[in-house]
Amino acid sequence: MALLEVSDLHVSFGTPDGIVQAVRGITFDVDAGQTLGIVGESGSGKSVSTQTIMGITRGARVSGTALFEGRDLLTMSNQDLQQVRGAKVGMIFQDPLSSLHPFYKVGWQIVEMIRLHDRAMSKAQARARAVDLLRLVGIPQPDRRVDDFPHQFSGGMRQRAMIAMAMALNPALLIADEPTTALDVTVQAQVLQVMKTLQDEFGTAIIMITHDLGVIADLADEVIVMYAGAVMERADRRTIFVANHHPYTEGLLESLPAYGGDRERLRPIPGQPPSLINLPPGCPFHPRCPYVMDRCRTEVPNLDPVGGDSAHLSACWLPHDMRARNARRKEVIGRALPRPAEQGTAPAEALAAPAETAGSQ
Amino acid sequence: MSTESAVSAPGDDDVLLRVENVVKYFPVRSSQLFRRQRDFVHAVEGVSLEIRRGQTLGLVGETGCGKSTLARCIMRLYDLTSGKITFDGHDISTLSRRTMRPYRRDIQMIFQDPYGSLNPRRRVGSIIGDPFAIHGIASGQERKKRVQEVMELVGLNPEHYNRFPAEFSGGQRQRIGVARALAFRPKLVICDEPVSALDVSIQAQIINLLADLQQEFGLTYLFIAHDLSVVRHVSDTVAVMYLGQISEIAPTSQLWDHPRHPYTDALLSAVPVPDPDHADQRERILLVGDVPSPVAPPSGCRFHPRCPKAAPTCVEQEPVLQPRLGDGPDHRAKCHFPVADGEDISLARPTISAGARIIETGILADSDASLTGLGPRDGS
Repeated sequence: MALLEVSDLHVSFGTPDGIVQAVRGITFDVDAGQTLGIVGESGSGKSVSTQTIMGITRGARVSGTALFEGRDLLTMSNQDLQQVRGAKVGMIFQDPLSSLHPFYKVGWQIVEMIRLHDRAMSKAQARARAVDLLRLVGIPQPDRRVDDFPHQFSGGMRQRAMIAMAMALNPALLIADEPTTALDVTVQAQVLQVMKTLQDEFGTAIIMITHDLGVIADLADEVIVMYAGAVMERADRRTIFVANHHPYTEGLLESLPAYGGDRERLRPIPGQPPSLINLPPGCPFHPRCPYVMDRCRTEVPNLDPVGGDSAHLSACWLPHDMRARNARRKEVIGRALPRPAEQGTAPAEALAAPAETAGSQ
Repeated sequence: MSTESAVSAPGDDDVLLRVENVVKYFPVRSSQLFRRQRDFVHAVEGVSLEIRRGQTLGLVGETGCGKSTLARCIMRLYDLTSGKITFDGHDISTLSRRTMRPYRRDIQMIFQDPYGSLNPRRRVGSIIGDPFAIHGIASGQERKKRVQEVMELVGLNPEHYNRFPAEFSGGQRQRIGVARALAFRPKLVICDEPVSALDVSIQAQIINLLADLQQEFGLTYLFIAHDLSVVRHVSDTVAVMYLGQISEIAPTSQLWDHPRHPYTDALLSAVPVPDPDHADQRERILLVGDVPSPVAPPSGCRFHPRCPKAAPTCVEQEPVLQPRLGDGPDHRAKCHFPVADGEDISLARPTISAGARIIETGILADSDASLTGLGPRDGS
């Protein structure tokens, strides 16, 4: 059994303009010690789904199940959920400054969190644990910095302090919602390294929510790609980057500047994400999809295995055989965007691996 | 303060913008009571660079390195503490608000936040029409016609002239910002993080738009961003800033292929690359600590407290921004011990004492202390 099993999760919000269908029937699971990456653009429902699981979305209509260690988090009483939050599941958010209370010392906030869940621990013990945690996440001179206020920490240090707090009770699962988006690249590299090391040491499962495909390529084991509140594709990391099936995944990767650095024109996905109040019928991506067929406009595709691989799922009406799908790609994209085939590679493979040229640089 | 002079001879007609030894300090309130001397944030300290007509200069660096301050100095939104800015052959560094005005038409800016930079209560047509109103050019129907032309140019529907910014998505708002900047066909456009607030698929749309407009009107861009892959894509030349100074400047491919400054090397290696195979193989250079305070920047080379190659010379002597290791005159690095091709600085260890590596904010940046048990990742 997986550590967390989410199935058919729906979340919607009533607004004066209509019902916002933020999450529309997503299913995923996370195993102990694994990292699940959730990618998607703003409004794809990636944050709302995990926040709903943790019971911190207010005023939402929720259905589905989210089994954590066999217990459904969605039907759990508030009191029980509080036991799970923090102790079993740690959370890190994008903006560390607004997640730390500015009036209280960093150490005090960690101590409070530890003692809330573990009443048996004395203040001195909890403080010692806080110092250990700060050391663990790479805060220099932790015995001194434990008495600092959040404003005395730099952005990277605050995010480390958040990680320390989230890891304080050695949770089985860590949900990191855009943990490095507000940080500079060199600091981002430090923070990601800390998370990786902690995972190796404690076997924590991580759900990494991000829009940055680079971060995903770096540390996810499994990846789900979300669009308009639904899962478009799910596969292991390498498949997502080099043998993806869904046109949205392909479009996301293609719209990035090539890592090889040639200055050819970028290939953006045309148009904009749909309104979650007025979703288009059929596949939500069809208005922007270069492969669109009649069927896509009326019928919603299921998340089905690709090429008999039960670990690779795609919600798309394109043939679920990669060879046929790539032939179709060549037919559509090849005509619209003529580009030289990579030398020494079979055309079908070259098309399946748009990111591979990057590594050769 | 460094005294690097501009590379090419003055009077070079090809150069649209020349920045020479620009310094900008901001006074800060001293934390100690009754202290006579005022402290200053050394935001920009002795920056020299030039941009040729029709080219794009990328400016990268981390938060607080002074890249936006430099842009605002060039726009003359800030007065310079010292230094000289020559735009299109004219010295604009000491012009008053009034005498600066004719040049404002030629230097325009695109901002990062498409939500904060547009007045929510004004209609799009009037926002884009602002430059016309300010400079007293075209009014009434004539202005509307010209605004609609610009809207069409940037890919907005001219019929949306009377809509409010809230009715547009982030990408479309950024197009409004571009339209406003381009209303007068400026010579220089300063793009301050123009795509960092946008989603990936929309980013590419705006980058393509900027490239098309550059080609069509021969625009010159100063492109500021922290996303290195975007900068690499758009720039002819890239300048890397650290704590108010340029630590390295080079033609784009030169910089990526032969980074000389350890900071550049670390910065490039820290960028997450959307390619799992590459991510698994590479050795990341993990810098220790954070950027020191610009109120009291470190002595000598400003990067020495974090540099894996730091030596006593780096603490004592400020390096000069000049070509290193036989590079051409357009590739200059500010480092005593430049990185050779193929050198792996992730294995380097500084030869200065930990005490010298105490950064001004009080962070002990000793690599062993700050990354307990977190060695460089092996290529599994």
